[in-house]
Amino acid sequence: MTDASVPQNVAPPPAEVPDVDLYHAHSWITKYVFSQDAKVIAIQYAGTAITVGILALVLSWVIRLQLAFPGAIPFIDANVYYQSVTMHGMIMVVYMLTAIFLGGFGNYLIPLMVGARDMVFPYVNMLSYWVYLIATLVLVSSYFFPGGPTGAGWTLYPPQSILTGTPGHEYGIILMLVSLILFIVGFTMGGLNYVVTVLQARTRGMTLMRMPLTVWGIFSAAVMALLAFPGLFVACVMLLLDRTLGTSFFMPSLVELGERKDYVGGSPILFQHLFWFFGHPEVYIVALPAFGIVSDLISVHARKNIFGYRMMVWAIIAIGVLSMVVWGHHMYISGMDPWFGFFFAVTTLAIAVPTALKVYNWVLTLWHADIHFTTPMLFALGFLVTFVNGGITGLYLGNVIVDVPLSATLFVVAHFHMVMGIAPVLVIFGAIYHWYPKITGRMMDERLGKIHFWITFLGAYAIFFPMHYLGVLGMPRRFYEMGETAFVPASAATLNIVITVIALAVGFAQSIFFYNLFKSLKYGAPAGGNPWRAASLEWQTPETPPGHGNWGKHLPVVYRWPYAYSVPGAPEDYLPQNAPPVRGERSP
Amino acid sequence: MSIAIAMVLVVAGSILFHVLSPWRATPIASNWGFIDDTMGLTFLVTGAGFVAVILFMAYCLYRFRHVPGRRAAYEPENQKLEAWLGIVTTIAVIILLAPGLLVWGQFITVPKDAMVIEAVGVQWSWSFRLPGADNQLGSSDVRYIDTTNSMGLSPADPKGQDDLLIASSELHLPIGKPVKVLLRSIDVLHDFYVPEIRAKMDLVPGVVTYFWFTPTKIGEYEILCAAYCGTGHPQMRGKMVIESEADFETWRTAQQTFEQSRKSDASRDKRASAQ
Repeated sequence: MTDASVPQNVAPPPAEVPDVDLYHAHSWITKYVFSQDAKVIAIQYAGTAITVGILALVLSWVIRLQLAFPGAIPFIDANVYYQSVTMHGMIMVVYMLTAIFLGGFGNYLIPLMVGARDMVFPYVNMLSYWVYLIATLVLVSSYFFPGGPTGAGWTLYPPQSILTGTPGHEYGIILMLVSLILFIVGFTMGGLNYVVTVLQARTRGMTLMRMPLTVWGIFSAAVMALLAFPGLFVACVMLLLDRTLGTSFFMPSLVELGERKDYVGGSPILFQHLFWFFGHPEVYIVALPAFGIVSDLISVHARKNIFGYRMMVWAIIAIGVLSMVVWGHHMYISGMDPWFGFFFAVTTLAIAVPTALKVYNWVLTLWHADIHFTTPMLFALGFLVTFVNGGITGLYLGNVIVDVPLSATLFVVAHFHMVMGIAPVLVIFGAIYHWYPKITGRMMDERLGKIHFWITFLGAYAIFFPMHYLGVLGMPRRFYEMGETAFVPASAATLNIVITVIALAVGFAQSIFFYNLFKSLKYGAPAGGNPWRAASLEWQTPETPPGHGNWGKHLPVVYRWPYAYSVPGAPEDYLPQNAPPVRGERSP
Repeated sequence: MSIAIAMVLVVAGSILFHVLSPWRATPIASNWGFIDDTMGLTFLVTGAGFVAVILFMAYCLYRFRHVPGRRAAYEPENQKLEAWLGIVTTIAVIILLAPGLLVWGQFITVPKDAMVIEAVGVQWSWSFRLPGADNQLGSSDVRYIDTTNSMGLSPADPKGQDDLLIASSELHLPIGKPVKVLLRSIDVLHDFYVPEIRAKMDLVPGVVTYFWFTPTKIGEYEILCAAYCGTGHPQMRGKMVIESEADFETWRTAQQTFEQSRKSDASRDKRASAQ
């Protein structure tokens, strides 16, 4: 969308890009429903993701109730259990975490943080959300079809996922695959937007090495997602054909429950390669935005520049690149060529180095800082504990031979929940407490926020830390009931009950957050434009909440990096990115 | 402030839990003690890292908490410190990786004298096959599967006629002899899993996978399936009996060959049709 009055191809571009470049919405529908404003789309994405996330939370209670009290709850049979496991996992990983970090925080923060008026393709951005919504509805609709949703496990491994021994093989698996295909289509439209906006629409002075790490994290995650999701796309299309047309991409000749099937020559392991070619980068698609956001939360609330910014950026890029070549560590015992084990163990453990450097730099940011224990800061610190804990157990599972006894046990479940469940969710909460004042103009209640933090952080740690030990004992995951098993002592059942009780309590405690979220909309203290006295650009908008176009008449001009906290000689303990340079200042 | 205390408590609680936990690895019954050793080393290295990072963080939170008048230092980076930390971490990773890869090298190198047996998975039970007098397993294919040939052995293959078929889900093995377990599934993915031997491997329909181990402890062990295989997954159990060479031979000679099982099935069918 260009305007003839704007001079084209003239360098350098004027700092005051007139906002006629934007199509302002005129009706309520185009403003709030079919909106092309990235900020509204962000709220839509986040709202949908959180709603479906609540469903996934409830499903986790079903799982926990069954594990603690096997057979005691009448409506939980094996079918319901496996359907809950599958839907919980898929919703949390794809429809909740991916959607909220990229579609939610990406949409809200990228244009504001780089000084753009909006995403570069607002119409495509709108389509992205609506396709995502349809994908979500298709997935949830499987509850209303005969046989219910698929119970194939979130990994959907064929042949089992499309055969009759698995619940939801009638319609559930088809709807799951269609939904994933739609999700990828929707994500691709959004992902292109995030990448191009970062590369193309930064305001004057906003060099790449002056971008907040939040933008770096989301940008790298979007690039990775654009490269990794096609793997899943292909896998879903082929599996769908195997299921509906009887093709044999992944299906070898087999006899199912005494009946010879017509499949011939397909490879189940090929599906696993395709799935994890997406599935492992997916972990970092969730983690990198969390890394970025947590860097900014720590820096703002510790009133100190993030330590080693350039290292942080290069670490994000190194993690992004390496994470594309580690997928085989999910398949050490899959029957693939055992020589792969050497390669994937080396690449996987190599990732630990840039990741550890990021952890060191977060912690070193606290050194000689001025730490304010606000709710967002508490959540960021909670992230550090859970992430370090979950990260080091990755060193067990990545080191191929140590993975052999632990894989497919509860150790794996505990590991990935700690590192890509709890850790990113703590960041999401921290980020919501942090940016809520910009989004709504009001503060969330700090007291309720802290209660929410303590229950969630300590509770989640108490759920997943002991679970590792059940895995070391050898208890397998994806067991509807353990039954009589010689090597499992009765005390394991007791621990399962304790974990379930804590899980229920932590789950219900999230209502404190939702109460706070809605109550503060109306009764929260007015926030002003920059309540945390933060330096990055999104806090410097002329209006709060920012209007369509973000910046009013003039785009901001950036003079420094976003971490100018406690700069010697500066009058205050922060210098906004767009404040004119102070005499003698040597900020990056 | 309370978060600093909480972090110290989290570290202390985690260590205490580790020491007091009654949930430990099962007593090992195979030659894969190196796996346990590598895991123990991993625990020491990563545990030390966890404790150091979290306690250092707790100290910073206590020491540099906001008090009126405090102002943070301004230090964008310290390349020397960052390089140093990078090197230390790299060394730690190599310490974990090197022994891990060495043991993996052993894991994928099957001893030449290993006794070859086959485990067959089907929703939701285990069965086994041992070579007969010719010490070779006959070929198999799912297209041969019928009511009298549940494992799909090739009826024409002379090597398969004397193969011992064990349909009872109970596998006996002699102590102290390396075993190469060939794994074959005739429907979906399964995984041969006995916690006490540490090793496990997927069964993949369409291909034959394998792993090896040497039983080192006489006893009975439960075989589980560790790859989700549908609603009956938890019920897919078998039994592995490790016994002396003599006991094993007694058990082996009592098993039926493929040829015998075909004959007895055929005569049973004949009787059934005569009645």
